[in-house]
Amino acid sequence: MSGLSLKDVTKRFGDFKAVDAVNLGVPHGTFVCLLGPSGCGKTTLLRMIAGLEDPSEGAILLDGSDITPVPTHKRDFGMVFQSLALFPHLTVGQNIAYPLRIRDRPREEQARRVDELLKLIHLGGFADRPVAKLSGGQRQRVAIARALALSPRLFLLDEPLSALDAKLREAMQVELRQLQQRLGITTIVVTHDQREAMTMADLVVVMGEGRIRQAAPPIEIYRRPADAFVADFIGSTNLLAAIADGSGRATVFGRPVAGLPMPSGLAKAVLSVRPEDVRLDKVGAGAFDGTVTFVRDLGATIETFVEAGGETIVAVATPRDKPDVAVGQAVGVVLSPDACVVLAR
Amino acid sequence: MRREPPRSLADYAPLVFPALMLTVFFVVPFSIMIAVSFFRRDPAGFYTPDFVVDNYARFLSSFFGGVLGFSLMLAVLVAACCVAIAFPFTFLLIRCSRRVQTVWLVGLLSVLSLSEVIIGFAWSTLFSRTAGITNLLVAVGLMDAPQALLPGFGAVLTGMVYQALPYTVLVLYPALVRLDPTLLEAARTLGASPLRAFFNVVVPALRNTIVATLIMVFVFALGSYLLPQILGRPQHWTLSVLITDQAIYQSNMPFAAAMAVFLVLISLALVGLTLMVGRRESAA
Repeated sequence: MSGLSLKDVTKRFGDFKAVDAVNLGVPHGTFVCLLGPSGCGKTTLLRMIAGLEDPSEGAILLDGSDITPVPTHKRDFGMVFQSLALFPHLTVGQNIAYPLRIRDRPREEQARRVDELLKLIHLGGFADRPVAKLSGGQRQRVAIARALALSPRLFLLDEPLSALDAKLREAMQVELRQLQQRLGITTIVVTHDQREAMTMADLVVVMGEGRIRQAAPPIEIYRRPADAFVADFIGSTNLLAAIADGSGRATVFGRPVAGLPMPSGLAKAVLSVRPEDVRLDKVGAGAFDGTVTFVRDLGATIETFVEAGGETIVAVATPRDKPDVAVGQAVGVVLSPDACVVLAR
Repeated sequence: MRREPPRSLADYAPLVFPALMLTVFFVVPFSIMIAVSFFRRDPAGFYTPDFVVDNYARFLSSFFGGVLGFSLMLAVLVAACCVAIAFPFTFLLIRCSRRVQTVWLVGLLSVLSLSEVIIGFAWSTLFSRTAGITNLLVAVGLMDAPQALLPGFGAVLTGMVYQALPYTVLVLYPALVRLDPTLLEAARTLGASPLRAFFNVVVPALRNTIVATLIMVFVFALGSYLLPQILGRPQHWTLSVLITDQAIYQSNMPFAAAMAVFLVLISLALVGLTLMVGRRESAA
């Protein structure tokens, strides 16, 4: 198979399984985000792909050949670390040229490549600056350029943007995605930020407790989460207990949701519905009724908290929708069946 | 905690005691020594107050020049050996588990509790023909007959490196612990073998620390006067040995003082150099 594939990759630290039998195929040119809460094994998985950790079991294959025993420095991958790990004793240019210098490439080639990369990251003319004199965003770009200097077979990034402030981070996400598309390089990014994953990835791999919970394109992960863990981790969602009634329909708070069948074989499940898919109407017009407990008007969006059956449901509307609700008001909660996903508990 | 600059005279009160101790036990004796270095020697007694530069002039002979050169060379060699051994050792040590680290550090600290005399005699036994390590080599068949490895330059160097090594490790330890381990990993992902990454990234990234440590060990080794006498021949004696000899056995206090002042000036110059290097490091 062309591209990177992981076969039953497992990493144990003592009795603890940090990564548990992970199988994944990454075709060439794909942008993959490993997404999950801290301690889910995503960084360990990335480090195994880079060769910085040895898998306890399983194999890592690149274009069909087993690279598991190949030491890090012979893999020709580019990696960006969370700490960036720029060499403090070298200038910007020397940092970027480091992988070329190690391979004894001619000086002219090194200089040309440094120039090319500095242009690519919009830092032309910075070659002779010491890295200590750069801003956070500039250091970020230098770390990316250094990892790309060799045109690596695989581009790995470990929470690369976590040190930047929110605004710069969003801009860098777009920039990183555009860069990846221009170069067509297979890229794997570890992140715990689902917005970052949604912005950049072709393929989002959600991990939890060392296992892959779901691997799919971002919008599918968002619309069709595989389980409650994924639904809850990606964006915000309302999770409601759903029970099958006699005729196989899903019921919430004892009332059936029109047009929503229970998956066969499931008696008790969780219904996941995104806040923007929850609509508020007159009492009795929806799947069930509730009472508004709080309204948060954020300008761009208006969030309404509705209490029903002891649970709080969040509905998000835009000011254009002019939701006419006030605290204490009784409302009907409308759940559209194609926006709801019923998941195993 | 906020720090305010001292405003009234009373704010300086905590400094009185240390200042007093420093004056009584350092400034006064050192001033006396400087004064004595300009006094005239009295062969019959001790010295008479005067102002002559004979003591310094006598120092500028080829014999003392040679001894000074040898002392500096020995100190440089001790410093270089210590850092060459201690740096890779400490680098490997910080990657061990906490328990292993503690055992090693306690072991090294216990060497500091040994006096120079004990270290000297221990090594003179180890290097002797009758009871030394060559007997072990004979026993395993690597040598034909036991040999005396002292007195000699190698013995002096070994003893002094042994004595200075714990200090070197203790000075290098914090800097190496603080070093970002991902620097080494980054170098490896970029194509450097672990050994190459060590020389290419770890050593230059800690260049200033290494220079400062070299200077510290150098100054430390410059003051050694017992080990060269126990383990070396007269041509391996350092300036410190001659100072002791002049002061105690020849009763030539002014000349000993002049040599001591000279040695102190060299030491101070090097400490100044260390501070300058440190300041540049913190500015970077």
